[in-house]
Amino acid sequence: MTHMPHISRRFFITSAAAVGGGMALGFRLPGGIGSAEAAANPAEVNAWVVIQPDDTVIIRVARSEMGQGITTSLPMLVAEELECDWSKVRPEFASPEENLRRKRAWGEMSTGGSRSVRGSQEYLRKAGAAAREMLIAAAAAQWNVPAAECQAARSVITHKPSARTLRFGEVAEAAAKLAPPAEVKLKDPKDWTLLGTSQKRLDTTDKVTGKPIFGIDVRVPNMLYAAIVQCPVFGGTPKSFDESKIRGLKGVRQIVPLPNAVAVVADSWWQAKQAVEALPVTWDEGQNGKVSSASIAEFLRSGLAAPEAAVVRKNGDVDAALAKAATRIEAEYGAPFLAHATMEPQNCTAHVMPDKVEVWVPTQSGEAALAAAAAAAEVAPEKVVVHKTMLGGGFGRRGAVQDYVHQAVLVAKAAGQPVKLLWTREEDIRHDFYRPVAMAKFTAGLDASGMPIAWRVRITGPSIIANLFPQRLTNGVDQSFANGFTEEMAYEVPNYEVGYAMRATHVPVSFWRSVNHSQNGFFRECFVDEMAHAAGQDPYQYRRKLLGKDPQRLAVLDAAAQKAGWDTPAPPGVTRGIALVEAYGSLCAQVVEASVGDKGEVRVHRVTAALDTGHVVNPEILQAQTESAIVYGLTAALYGLITIENGRVQQGNFDDYEMLRIADMPAVETVLVPSGGFWGGGGEPGVPPLAPALCNAIFAATGKRIRSLPLKDQDLKRV
Amino acid sequence: MSRLTINGQTQEVDVDPDTPLLWVLRDTLGLTGTKFGCGIAQCGACTVHVDGVATRSCSVPVSAAEGTQITTIEGLSTNGVLHPVQRAWIAHDVPQCGYCQSGMIMAVAALLKGNPQPSDADIDAAITNICRCGTYARIRTAIHTAAQA
Repeated sequence: MTHMPHISRRFFITSAAAVGGGMALGFRLPGGIGSAEAAANPAEVNAWVVIQPDDTVIIRVARSEMGQGITTSLPMLVAEELECDWSKVRPEFASPEENLRRKRAWGEMSTGGSRSVRGSQEYLRKAGAAAREMLIAAAAAQWNVPAAECQAARSVITHKPSARTLRFGEVAEAAAKLAPPAEVKLKDPKDWTLLGTSQKRLDTTDKVTGKPIFGIDVRVPNMLYAAIVQCPVFGGTPKSFDESKIRGLKGVRQIVPLPNAVAVVADSWWQAKQAVEALPVTWDEGQNGKVSSASIAEFLRSGLAAPEAAVVRKNGDVDAALAKAATRIEAEYGAPFLAHATMEPQNCTAHVMPDKVEVWVPTQSGEAALAAAAAAAEVAPEKVVVHKTMLGGGFGRRGAVQDYVHQAVLVAKAAGQPVKLLWTREEDIRHDFYRPVAMAKFTAGLDASGMPIAWRVRITGPSIIANLFPQRLTNGVDQSFANGFTEEMAYEVPNYEVGYAMRATHVPVSFWRSVNHSQNGFFRECFVDEMAHAAGQDPYQYRRKLLGKDPQRLAVLDAAAQKAGWDTPAPPGVTRGIALVEAYGSLCAQVVEASVGDKGEVRVHRVTAALDTGHVVNPEILQAQTESAIVYGLTAALYGLITIENGRVQQGNFDDYEMLRIADMPAVETVLVPSGGFWGGGGEPGVPPLAPALCNAIFAATGKRIRSLPLKDQDLKRV
Repeated sequence: MSRLTINGQTQEVDVDPDTPLLWVLRDTLGLTGTKFGCGIAQCGACTVHVDGVATRSCSVPVSAAEGTQITTIEGLSTNGVLHPVQRAWIAHDVPQCGYCQSGMIMAVAALLKGNPQPSDADIDAAITNICRCGTYARIRTAIHTAAQA
């Protein structure tokens, strides 16, 4: 099926109209996908389902689209129960201020943690079922027959005894006036006809013609442009600047000092950028101007050695078991800070009016953007309108932290007219909220058969939760830093203890696709390989033994191994590595085939992934997400490195913060093995297994154990 | 004043001659399909055709584009018929976030014009644009599909 919705470039127009209060409802789709108010007499059956007389079904989407495909997959959840004709569905984004006004009718809008499907599937399916029941009730009332004699299918209601029919569009207005049913029964998954099928994405035609409106593309009347330079040392502030150096430059309107930065407002962004980069600024760098990657590493090593640490999981007696072990192995691992590097640099357009604040922003969290704008403008949240645009990537950068919104509102307030603030790539790389730097120290004791009877895990690094949401810490401890070592560590080790020694850095940290699983998956799955090697056993079979009789995890591991042909010889010069990670409610195993050249150059030939997300909404989109996760993980494993010198980030653009390109893209095969009965996440679980599977393949090739990333800094030359 | 011919239309723009073509397209002329990614010709999000050659418009001053034929993503399809590369992109559902895809498609359209049946090695050498969503596997498949069209 190749349904392609008609797309127009209405977003600018509707956005501009909204400034004058011309919109009845705050719904719009970035990229110009048509909005409900444009159609004749749409009937809102419930908050999620709006039906036009011509049978067009508008399904509202509360989460943000950043490439993960929720514009398609979330409406599928509603449509399955609604029994509508999928070719007549048009997605439309619900707006944050409308959600606030309607007492969160669309629930949580924040988009992260691989939560979009698993966090909303139940209320979306129920919304579809409730709307269906109301449409049936309206038709039954019109015919004066019992609703139980009526059935809905493909947007048509049929009265079975008389074979009379009514289209959804004919009864939607009446249905909208009915009370919603108190309870609805959801379909048994075996009866699904839409869920579990590969439907085309609804936004592709736009995306191949340059039409979608990303934040960077927003244009509103009387808009000026701003460029920014932020204090290179995190936590620093501007002390003074020499305005005379840029006075009189063409197009330059204003210099706006901000808490941690200086912005220049100009008639065009290029003029603003040239001016802000020519402006001499003296910074108060604060206390962190001497911090370096070396000093941070030393600080983290103190966390590995510290006698005190928060024990986040413990079973058995590790010391007693270690004393009895036949073999003892130890290892230290490390992982660097990483930047998100969304393709679209950070930006936000803002307009601060006397009685209203309006922002246009590519955000993973419309609600957080609204809160940031209200705080910056010092107005009540009810005074803020947030227009969510398409996102040129998110990966966690555009979620909890809305620093660019805060800045844009302050600049627009100072300018007294709408301003689009856009960061350069250098600002984006140097002023991220990074994947935490981390270290791990492992001590394991194996019995005579090579299986672990004791395993001590010590991890250390800055906590995201302590950095962003300190009120959420439990007794000062961030359990999530140990993700992958606590409840998501399924291997059977009778004596096991995990301690976290928090070491906060001045470098700010935040959620980066797969978050703490990204480093912990690497640490754990490489060390399990070390155990297998010490035991003289095949790493796949060793993991099978560690999983005991856990059918779900065994099935995923086996699916990856079988698809990869683990038990068959690899091509000449190629070796294999394997890893299994459980994250965001899903399981993902990967087998990487790699080779290492004479000069130490790593080539990844093939990645085979097996994924169990429980249920699958749209297999094609889930496979694309897994390919995407593998590229994200592989880019980080090969190249990802943010270093600190004199308190500041040393990298600045894609020439020194390198990205994977098509020439280095391996063949990727994804096997979906949904075991049903639960809903797991899709966007992130594919990231963590890549690095350990790759490093385990490199060990198989070279005998060199990689214990810190990225690989570009490793000497893999054969000796 | 610079005289530019963009998507077959000649227009005059009043900008500093050093202004990169990218910002003239995006901010002066409102052709926002062409994207900004790095500003140093590394990522290719800003790729347009200048006299048929794939060109990273962030690193070309507008003065150097005078007298050339410039094509942007908005001008790639003719008479409402999508270019074979765009059709192949739809067939394989290539885009994820979509931000880099204008530049990708322009780079690929230029490649196929000069090399209608590119090998994988040709693709590796010619298509150096960055896609952070990791759509590379689908891009390669779609290039081969477009080459058959």
